Amino acid sequence: MTSDVSTPHPDRPEWQWHLGVVGFVVAWWLVYQQLVPFAEWLVALLPVERASHTGEALAFFFYDVPKVMMLLTLIVFAMGVVRSFFSPEKTRAVLSGRREGIGNVLASGLGVLTPFCSCSAVPLFIGFVSAGVPLGVTFSFLIAAPMVNEVALVLLFGLVGWKVALTYLGFGLAIAVVAGLIIGKLRLEGWLQDWVRDIHSGANVPEMLEGEQLTMSDRYRLGIEAVREVFAKVWIWIIAGIGMGALIHGYVPEDLMARIMGADAWWSVPAAVVMGIPMYTNAAGVIPIIEALLGKGAAIGTVLAFMMSVIALSLPEMIILHQVLKLRLIAVFIGTVASGILAVGFLFNLIF
Amino acid sequence: MKTVKVYGPGCKRCETTAEMVREAASKLGVKVEVEKVTDPREIAMAGVMSTPGITVDGKLVHAGGLPDKAKLDGWLAG
Repeated sequence: MTSDVSTPHPDRPEWQWHLGVVGFVVAWWLVYQQLVPFAEWLVALLPVERASHTGEALAFFFYDVPKVMMLLTLIVFAMGVVRSFFSPEKTRAVLSGRREGIGNVLASGLGVLTPFCSCSAVPLFIGFVSAGVPLGVTFSFLIAAPMVNEVALVLLFGLVGWKVALTYLGFGLAIAVVAGLIIGKLRLEGWLQDWVRDIHSGANVPEMLEGEQLTMSDRYRLGIEAVREVFAKVWIWIIAGIGMGALIHGYVPEDLMARIMGADAWWSVPAAVVMGIPMYTNAAGVIPIIEALLGKGAAIGTVLAFMMSVIALSLPEMIILHQVLKLRLIAVFIGTVASGILAVGFLFNLIF
Repeated sequence: MKTVKVYGPGCKRCETTAEMVREAASKLGVKVEVEKVTDPREIAMAGVMSTPGITVDGKLVHAGGLPDKAKLDGWLAG
């Protein structure tokens, strides 16, 4: 960033922005079409046999890295623009005083669209609960927000296929809705930390912030900012993940995974969920591994359960949430979500 | 003398925000006292739902993400 920020918006006219975005999408599409030949060309340059293990692994790597990067750029940009229409404050206004049921559905949907970072889970939680958003509805939001995120969806779509991506979206939302409903029904308000309940009663809801008047070019700028942020955070995971995936792709024998993670091994689903809880990486790091595992015969339900568990249940987030939730409530939270993931895992193994 | 509070649990972006406030203030020649608030209770009481949040003399001006530099100048100068 340069320091010439003296004028608030040294702005290009809006139409130039629109034109720029359209031009970018067209260029993106043209480049995207060339990725397979590009990867093959790159492997052909190297002194390795194309049909060897190394050749396989390299072709996988050279194709998937640019593909994932390109998909991420486009979708994260688009989501950044869409998200600029939402804010935690607006979402709270929509959800406050909402009945359970419809509230849980709305909260799960908004969880996907509202900008959210797990580092502000605590203030957000309190902000919701103090404004009269029911506890179960708040949980629906908190479950959906990390689990169903655009990075996960893009990677699933790009690497595994649109059917799996759509099903992930559907079941992710379903788990958020149902888990929130259950937590709401259990009436666990008493299991909040004491000080949270005090704020609850003396709700102080600040007025809306200014700055709701964004122009389209502001929104594009936010989209670009989102891309920059995601890449700064996840590029290393993507490369590491795809590298791992490439190794599995090239070297792991076909039937090994089928034996360990196949549909016949029923215990593999709970094992995958339990293993996923303490693990915390971005969706970006897990999915390339998942693609490779699937290719080697691992069952889709087992693999998805593992992925949901890694993304939705993370130890660091639990530690953050312990500031507002008593341990018992955290246990219920983990238990409910883990059961949901288990159910999805078994269901998938059964149908696919 | 303005009192600026930066609310956030101590993530990287909150540090950056506090630094941006100090820089903008020294550029504008405004005297500020920057205080970082990390206690979740106080963050919530201030009405901040997405961090980092900024208050200037007790008024909430920003929540969520790094502030825009031009806007930041406006809050400090105004």
